[in-house]
Amino acid sequence: MSETILEVRDLCVRVEEAEILHGLSLSVGAGETHVIMGPNGAGKSTLGSAIMGDPRYDKTSGTISFKGEDITHESADKISKRGMFLSFQNPIEVPGITLSNFIRTARENRTGEHVRVWDFNKELKETMKVLQMDEAYASRDLNVGFSGGEKKKAEILQLLMLRPDLAILDETDSGLDVDAVRIVSEGIEEYKKTVGGALIIITHSTRILESLKVDKTHILADGRIVHEGDGSLVKTVIEDGFSRFVDEVDA
Amino acid sequence: MKEKAVVADIDRSMYDFRYSDEDSLKVDEGLTPDIVRQIAVEKGDPQWMLDFRLHCLDVYNKSEMPDWGPSIEGLDMDHIVTYVRPKADRMQTDWQDVPDDIKNTFERLGIPQAERESLAGVGAQYDSELVYHNVKDEVAALGVVYTDLESAMRGEYADMIQQHFMKLVPPTDHKFAALHGAVWSGGSFVYVPPGVTVEIPLQSYFRLNAAGAGQFEHTLIIVDDEADLHFIEGCSAPKYNVANLHAGCVELFVGKHARLRYSTIENWSKNMFNLNTKRARVDEGGRIEWVSGSFGSHTSYLYPMSILAGKGARCEFSGVTFAGAGQDLDTGTKVVHAAEDTYSYVNTRSISKGGGVSTFRSAVVVNPKARGSKSSVSCESLMLDDISRSDTIPAMDIRTSDADIGHEARIGRISDDVVFYLMTRGMSEEDARALIVSGFADNVGKELPLEYAVEMNNLIRLEMKGSIG
Repeated sequence: MSETILEVRDLCVRVEEAEILHGLSLSVGAGETHVIMGPNGAGKSTLGSAIMGDPRYDKTSGTISFKGEDITHESADKISKRGMFLSFQNPIEVPGITLSNFIRTARENRTGEHVRVWDFNKELKETMKVLQMDEAYASRDLNVGFSGGEKKKAEILQLLMLRPDLAILDETDSGLDVDAVRIVSEGIEEYKKTVGGALIIITHSTRILESLKVDKTHILADGRIVHEGDGSLVKTVIEDGFSRFVDEVDA
Repeated sequence: MKEKAVVADIDRSMYDFRYSDEDSLKVDEGLTPDIVRQIAVEKGDPQWMLDFRLHCLDVYNKSEMPDWGPSIEGLDMDHIVTYVRPKADRMQTDWQDVPDDIKNTFERLGIPQAERESLAGVGAQYDSELVYHNVKDEVAALGVVYTDLESAMRGEYADMIQQHFMKLVPPTDHKFAALHGAVWSGGSFVYVPPGVTVEIPLQSYFRLNAAGAGQFEHTLIIVDDEADLHFIEGCSAPKYNVANLHAGCVELFVGKHARLRYSTIENWSKNMFNLNTKRARVDEGGRIEWVSGSFGSHTSYLYPMSILAGKGARCEFSGVTFAGAGQDLDTGTKVVHAAEDTYSYVNTRSISKGGGVSTFRSAVVVNPKARGSKSSVSCESLMLDDISRSDTIPAMDIRTSDADIGHEARIGRISDDVVFYLMTRGMSEEDARALIVSGFADNVGKELPLEYAVEMNNLIRLEMKGSIG
């Protein structure tokens, strides 16, 4: 049993007047891989953003602790510096900063140490190769005019370069073709292999999980975890759908 | 919370130092024929220039104050000192000969350093006079002339000056153009001979040190046929409690198939009334590119105008205006399509914050004979809080059916999604917002040489500081 890195307890989250998460609990051990599945509107993305400190989600009760520290009401930049990472379902276009400068600034922000440009560029180039990204993207403005696939790859590139202890991947495989999914999965494997951090993968499909060893699967419905199991649960969900788990709640 | 939206006064200490002006010569406050004559004597004007000054004063007295833009009530012309000669006895071409406090001013602003590193030539004006002018030997060897207007007026280019001076901006244009004509002093003259490309930029830097004074420099640039030049101007002043006035005038003549890029980073202090007039005339196949960043001043009226006089002439205008607390900046551009197949592209961004007012005003005129012309105008505004204001006033006067005209305007706010995205990568909220604003101003930033783009981003960062409670 590995040490707990993330502990979410009885978390209630509101957006404006609507409560979206109703007392959700989740525990992730260091280096573990967890999968969160659930029907649309269950609150999966809300969970990811709320853990990461999105100020638009109001945490009305419950606690989140990361590496033993209470981060329930911390801002996203501080949580990031503690070693957490969130890969966005729809990565945002930011004109005015290149992908390369952005990642370098992010690393400096997180480590508080100056990054040597030469070494950094070399490492970035090698990592882009793993993701089969054209080097030209490094000097383009962050996500601006990137295709859906390149945006997702750019997220995984950040994951590999920033080396967080816990990464939440929100629908990283959605909207990708078969080849892109394969490359992104390889990137995630690379992260497990070289960084060995914990993962929370929010997904609809098994495609991204095929080569990963999943430690735990959580079914999220209507703002609660309604069922938990090991990696084999993913397959059951894909074959049978969510209805039997959702029915369990109603019964 | 409301407090969060209100901005603390900005740290401008980098620009805010000043030196005593007790040793310098000043004319009396206000404006009379005697004062104008005194300026002409001080400057050793030829007779035609003295006559012209007096004519301009007459026009000034007969014309009305503008009543269509921001208020200029705080500007009392009876108390503006129109001419302040710094204590340097004459213009220097060796930096070591410039008096120490003037030298220190420019050293602190990084001017001679910039010259050493990346400029082909530099002019530095302090109050009413150029105190330093230098151009690299290899540029001079190409026949490029870069000097102060006063020397040019007396030397071998005297006729050229007389032919062009205030022909593009006549004193009857508006009251402050007339004022400029009456009391102008300092500024630069540039001539680039046919076919010559100046590979690296020339720069003029204007610094107004004396309190309650006006600066009225005149910039005249002639880029002959098939020549190419990039000219940069920078402006700053320390803050005083009395109003200062800047009513400069820029006249640009772009020859056939020539190109001129005119870049400005303006950071006057926030007691400055910046009533500046800039105009370019572009001949056949020529091209004017304006790159304009307006950050300072209390009140600005600034609309660089391009007259596309020859077939296929082009104008590109990229501008950014940042209005903070207490600032009312009315900026934009005017383009006159006066020949066939002319093309204009206007792309501006305005930012307002802390109660600042930013107004974009543009006019595109297409004359009947400008068939086949194209114009595209796009302006975007970003308001950083609920107490600031942004207006867009575009005018189009199209007199031929054979023209392709487009206009778009957008007003927005900083998206919470972007801020959150940047923060998840460890960036503080303040840095995230500054980055977003820099990115928004990138239409200008990416057109500037690197050092200037960095300076602009520093200005933005300075303006954004303390904007989060």
